[in-house]
Order: sequence, then structure tokens, then C-alpha cells
Amino acid sequence: MAEPYVELKSVSKYFGSVVALKDVSFDVCPGEVHCLLGDNGAGKSTLIKTLSGVYAPDEGEIRVQGKPTRFASPADTRNSGIAAVYQDLALVPLMSVARNFFLGREPMRKFGPISQFDAEFANRTAYDELSAMGIQLRDPEQPVGTLSGGERQCLAIARAVYFGAKVLILDEPTSALGVHQASVVLKLIVQSKARGIGVIFISHNVHHAYVVGDRFTLLKRGRCTGTYAKSEIDRDQLLNLMAGGKELVDLEQELNRAVKGSPA
Amino acid sequence: MAAEVRDERIRSVSRLSRLLSRPELGAAAGTVLVFVFFAITAGNTGLFSAKGIINFLEVSAQLGILAAPVALLMIAGEFDLSVGSMIGFAGILIAIPSVFWGWPIWLSLLFSFAVCGGIGALNGLAVVKTGLPSFIVTLGSLFMLRGLTLGLTRGISGRTQVSGVHELALNDPLNSLFSGQVFSGLIAWLSDMGLVGKRADGLPSISGIPVSIVWWIALTLICTWLLTRSRFGNWIFAAGGEANAARNLGVPVARTKITLFVMTAMAAALFAAIQVLVTGSADTLRGTQKEFEAIIAVVIGGTLLTGGYGSAVGAMFGALIFGVVQMGIFYTGIDTDWFKLFMGAMMVIAVLFNSYVRNRAMRSR
Repeated sequence: MAEPYVELKSVSKYFGSVVALKDVSFDVCPGEVHCLLGDNGAGKSTLIKTLSGVYAPDEGEIRVQGKPTRFASPADTRNSGIAAVYQDLALVPLMSVARNFFLGREPMRKFGPISQFDAEFANRTAYDELSAMGIQLRDPEQPVGTLSGGERQCLAIARAVYFGAKVLILDEPTSALGVHQASVVLKLIVQSKARGIGVIFISHNVHHAYVVGDRFTLLKRGRCTGTYAKSEIDRDQLLNLMAGGKELVDLEQELNRAVKGSPA
Repeated sequence: MAAEVRDERIRSVSRLSRLLSRPELGAAAGTVLVFVFFAITAGNTGLFSAKGIINFLEVSAQLGILAAPVALLMIAGEFDLSVGSMIGFAGILIAIPSVFWGWPIWLSLLFSFAVCGGIGALNGLAVVKTGLPSFIVTLGSLFMLRGLTLGLTRGISGRTQVSGVHELALNDPLNSLFSGQVFSGLIAWLSDMGLVGKRADGLPSISGIPVSIVWWIALTLICTWLLTRSRFGNWIFAAGGEANAARNLGVPVARTKITLFVMTAMAAALFAAIQVLVTGSADTLRGTQKEFEAIIAVVIGGTLLTGGYGSAVGAMFGALIFGVVQMGIFYTGIDTDWFKLFMGAMMVIAVLFNSYVRNRAMRSR
């Protein structure tokens, strides 16, 4: 496999007495989809926030293209080519698709001494970039609030890709979507991968993850419980690991005991 | 790639339907309505003579000067309730130094603008740093500024009114920026063409366009350009629409809001400069309730109270409606006591209409 674009080496993160991450290693290579799977509270969010520069790790190091790096801020991370697409997507519903696409990085056009927002360029680019990803807009000036959940997700991803992301961190991009919408987003993930972008796909939906993933890392109670290549593991095994096969068996036994133990 | 596949569930949107989802629509329609109403009820009273038009435009202009920047601030999701008190305070800052301390008018004007801008920045900082609602923070400033104005004025002059600015301002270089009239040549020519009526002594019924009207139009144009064509405008919409998302994308939300608070405070100072130089005096009670009138104009203009949506042109229509109704009621001879009832009702209707328009805009097109 190619050289990882970004890697975490035995990273730990504590919040007071809480161990949020312990000795976690994780990496992603260009043109690869690496899925991060785990239940609620497994430490997925902390891991993403560490990767995207929101938190600094308490132990361990982050490397970008092999070089140890400390991110000063999320903006700093973005500049090194790592773009996190959070669940809130950082979209403003009342603003147009094109204006959202360029929010914070507005294209300007100079007219003598004054420079003004190049609306025509923004509209055309947003439209083209989204069509290239298979999203046909009605009108780049329509408010984002009129888009469906899947389209919004795609807009956020397309925006990150357009602004030169080498690594995309997608936080549960399909969790709130219906079947059709989710498949649109999954297609987009595969497309991004084909463009040589490394994708970190955070999910607790094994079915979605298995379709697009190349590698799978399981996170449990702040610890890494294993990384598997797709060739090493099939969907059911992954599902078992993910759903905590043992926990379910224990639960079943416990429920059985409870039923038997209760007075008739 | 599936780029050419059009969703069969999408119907094309007509130009009309797009027009119907503009924020200014309600205010524009309201303006037409109000004009028609007074054309019928006050058509022959002189409301629409050159003199009458200038009269109501001047009322609209004063409010419109406030309303344009207040619209931007409200689109960014904040209120400034202190603009009314700021007008009184700014007036005193012009009158006291020139009348009691012998400052030239231009220096007092600059002083007033600088101090008001500073207070605006403090308002903004207080809102941004504390995270308290701007409604409360600026409600505090509303009272503090009014108290400060009264205390200072009575302390220094012993009265609540300072007059005698006229004589001092006569030869001041900045005087004509804020008082007097422009385009008198044009008006004289229009009068010769028979488009503007003449008085009995043969002079045109109006001698020019009051400079406040020029300020109003210029400020509206600037604010509209800022909002729709500048980077700052994008930030204003984003700050009011979804501040968190904006911050995550690197938009300086705090700086944007503070800048807007400075702008509304400066607009209040401009209002005061015009008022003091036109009337020749300052009064501690000047500007009372202007903050609410500005909000009414802005809301009639289609700006959402919760931020993220609105327009400066809408605010201009809102101010125009305000002026026409105020003068129209006067000209028709209706008891002017009814004016506030009318404006209040107008605002409530506007809010209902605008929320309908916005829902239209947000519906999947």
C-alpha cells in the first residue's frame, strides 16, 4: 500500500479522569476508503476531532505525509489538506448553494479599486462541480434549505474536494439518510476515492461501510480493537465484531435468566 | 456520469415565481398599495405635489438612513435597540463642544462620529464576548445612553436643550454635507419645464433636494452592494443564518457583527448630524423610539427577525411607507393620533406576508 497521507501513532486523549482514546493508531492512504466503526461512546468523535485539529492529542503523534505535525487549529488542518465534513455539514440553509459552496473563500473579481463577489463564477463552478459528482442542481441560486439531506451531504463533500482536500473525514454521512439518498452519497465516496482522495468514513452502519470500504478499524471504549483489510474479513464477521457478538450472547443469557427467575 | 439525467419530478420554475420569493416583494407591494390609497384619499391635497413629495421623502430619508444598516445588522441576527438614544447622545456631542467649548463644527462632528463608532464597537464586543442576546445588551445601552445624555447636558448647560448651532455652522466646511439642498439647478430647470410647480412669486415651490435624501439613497445603495456583491455580505448572511457553520468555515463572525454594530451607531450619528445642523439645536430627547421605527421599516422590508434573510432595498421601501403614511395622514386631515396604530398593524401584516414569502422561497423549487 502507498504511503499514508495522514496517520495517528498511539494517540491517547484524556478529558479529566475520562480516557477518551487510549493508544489508538489509525491511518489513511491516498485513494483509499478507511472505515472507522464503533458504537456510541467508542471514541469516534474524539478521534475525528483529534484528526481534524480540534483537540491536540495528550500522547502519541500525528503525521502528515510522514512528518510529525501539530495542528494549531481546524483551519491549519484544512490547509494541510485534511477536510472534516461534520454531521451539521457547515451549511447555511437560507443561503444559496453557490454562496454556501464558497462561504469563507469567496471568489472575487476586481473592478478598478473595488473587488466584488464573483457571483457568476460561483454559480457556474458550484453547478459544474456538483454535476461532475452526479448531483443535478435545478438552480445554483436555490437556497440550501431546499436540497434533500443527501444532496446537502454531497454539496459539503464536493466543496471540500473542490478546495483541494487530500483526505476527507466524513462523520456518519449516511446515518440520517434514506436508502436512495445514502446510495448517492456512497457513490460520491467511491468517486472521491477514484480521484486519489483518502476517505475516512465514520459509521456505525456496517452495510454502508462494507460496500465502499477498503480497510476497517473497530473502536471500542476508546481503544482500537483491530484493523482489517476487506480481503481479511467478510460482512458477517464485521457485523459480529461491530455489534459486539459476545455482548449480544450475554444479553440473551441474562434475559433468559431473568425470565426463568421471575415468579410464575 | 449521470450528470445529464434530470429528475423527472422537477418542474421548471417561472420567472414570476422566482420574483415572488424575493424578500423585498412584500414591501414593494405595500408601497404601491399605500401610494394608491393616498392617491385616492389625498390626491388633491398636495401630498403628491413637488413640495409634498419632498416632505414625505425627507421623513422617509431620516428613517431610511437608520434602517439600511439596521437591516444588515438584523440579517446578521442581532438587534441594536440603542440607535434611538445614540441619536440624542450624538446630537449633544455635536452641540456641546461647539456651543460651550468653542470647537469648530467640523471637529465636533468628527468627535461625535468617533465616539458613537466607539460605543457601537463596545455594544458589539459586549454581545460577541458575553454571548448574551443583543436585545438585552443594547436595551441596556438604550437606557445608559439616554441617562448619560441627560446627565451630561444638564450638568454642562443646565438645560436639556442646546441651541445656537446654526450661527456657528454657517461657514463650516462640513455644514453642507449634512444640511441644505442639492440639485437646485436641476429643480429650477424642471420648474421652467413645468414639471415642478411655481410659487406665487415665480420661484419653484421647492429650491432643491434635501441632502438627507441623497444620504438615504446612497446608504441604501452601499448597503445593498455590501450585502449582495461583497465578501462581507456573504458573511453577514452566514452569521445570521448559521453562525456555527460560518465559524467552522473560517468566517470571522465576531468581527462581522462588531463591524455592523459600529455601522448602526455611525448611522445614528449621521442622523443626529443632519438633525442638529438642519434644526440648529440638540435636544436630549431626540431620537426617542427611532430604534423601533427602524426595526419596523426593516421588518416591513422583508428581513427576518431571526436573521439570515433580508434586504436593504426592502428597508428602503419600509422607510418610504413610513414617510408616506405619516405625511399622508397629515395631508388627508385624519387625526395623526392614528398613525401609530396604522404602522403597528402594517408591521404585523408585513411579518405575516413575509413569513409566507420566505416559506415559498424555502419550499423545494
